[in-house]
Amino acid sequence: MLEINPGLVIWTIITFLVLLVLLKKFAWKPLLDALEKREERIRSSIERAEKSAQEAEQLVLENRKKIEQAEIKSAQILREARELGEKIKSEIIDRAHHQARHMLDQAKAEIEREKEAALLRLRSEVADLAILAAKKVVGDSLNEDLHRKLIDSYLKDLPKN
Amino acid sequence: MNSSVLNNIDQHSNTLIDSSAIHAQHSENVFVELLHHIKDSKTIEVPFAHFEFPPIPPINIFGIQIDLTITRHVFFLWISAFIVAIVTIVAARKNLKSKVPKGIGNLVEVFVEYIRDEIVIPNMGKDGIKYMPYLLTTFFFILVMNLIGLVPYGATSTSNVSVTGGLALIAFIMIQVAAIKKQGFKHYLAHLTGGVHWALWPIMIPIEILGLFTKPFALCIRLFANMTGGHIVIVSLIGLIFIFKTVWIAPIPIAFAVGINILELFVAFLQAYIFTMLTSLFMGLGMQSSEH
Repeated sequence: MLEINPGLVIWTIITFLVLLVLLKKFAWKPLLDALEKREERIRSSIERAEKSAQEAEQLVLENRKKIEQAEIKSAQILREARELGEKIKSEIIDRAHHQARHMLDQAKAEIEREKEAALLRLRSEVADLAILAAKKVVGDSLNEDLHRKLIDSYLKDLPKN
Repeated sequence: MNSSVLNNIDQHSNTLIDSSAIHAQHSENVFVELLHHIKDSKTIEVPFAHFEFPPIPPINIFGIQIDLTITRHVFFLWISAFIVAIVTIVAARKNLKSKVPKGIGNLVEVFVEYIRDEIVIPNMGKDGIKYMPYLLTTFFFILVMNLIGLVPYGATSTSNVSVTGGLALIAFIMIQVAAIKKQGFKHYLAHLTGGVHWALWPIMIPIEILGLFTKPFALCIRLFANMTGGHIVIVSLIGLIFIFKTVWIAPIPIAFAVGINILELFVAFLQAYIFTMLTSLFMGLGMQSSEH
């Protein structure tokens, strides 16, 4: 069983060498190349994925910062607007108050003036009436001018209201 | 009367001896018959028939008779080579076409990747990649030769010491080539002296040269013995049926034989791996030794 058969050794070597040459060209080279290419592709795609994940993270951070800034800004704008509104409101109210007071004053003055005028008219009316009545009572003994003088002096002695 | 009795006894004992001799001869024949399945022969068996290979007249080179007649083991060597070629070339074609390997392409690639990452690079470094085709061919060729012996009517070429010898001879050449290419011929020769004082060279050089041969020799014997061993165990187990001469005993040896067969399946992979791994290791040692 342990005897060497040189023919078999030669056949083994020939077969092996033929197989080696054949496979080296048609099997191992394409297989190893494909393997290497795929590994390279996987490595690069992992790198790319890592890079884009990093970018995304950075973007998220940036966005968060931007949102924070925007929130701060919007709060500021709101506060300013409210302040402005408050100011305008108080101004309007003030002005309204002022105007109202002004109008009231004007009205009061008007009323006073009207009252004065009315009193004046009333006074002359009353004098006329008194003269008319006196004329009826006294007849025409007294002339109109004397009467008017008398009444005026009397009316002056009356209290104002 | 006495003589007749004696004669009778003699006859009796004679027949007894004869029958026991026949018994012994018969059981021996069973083993010889079964061992034929392990040994090389010039016939090949197919179901219900067998073919003879045409004899090729031996040629005489330097006084060595070389018989190049095709034998069973040569035949299965070629079948194995053919299977390896078809499987790996188909796998390579498929892998080139698709981005993601699957099926046979994936199967072959698993082995290729394992050999590259777990055997070649750890043992030989990145320089070893250029010896990948040799190591891959060795692995797949031995693996298929081992496996084909487990197929009914198949024969294990690697259970023939001439076949493993041929493979070891190539391994020997490859180990030397790797060392010489890496270190240069001068360093390679210097390494044979073992770095000792010149006075010790007459002792050291033969030892180192012997050392070069023991490694592939061990490869040759390891593969041959492992592949033969399993077959002999199976033959012995099956032989038990013929020795006991009863079919009722058959389930026990057959159960054991099935177990051994499964073990053989594992051994087929293991031995292909070991042969490749050790060849790679020895090549790597030769490539590194310039550094010490």
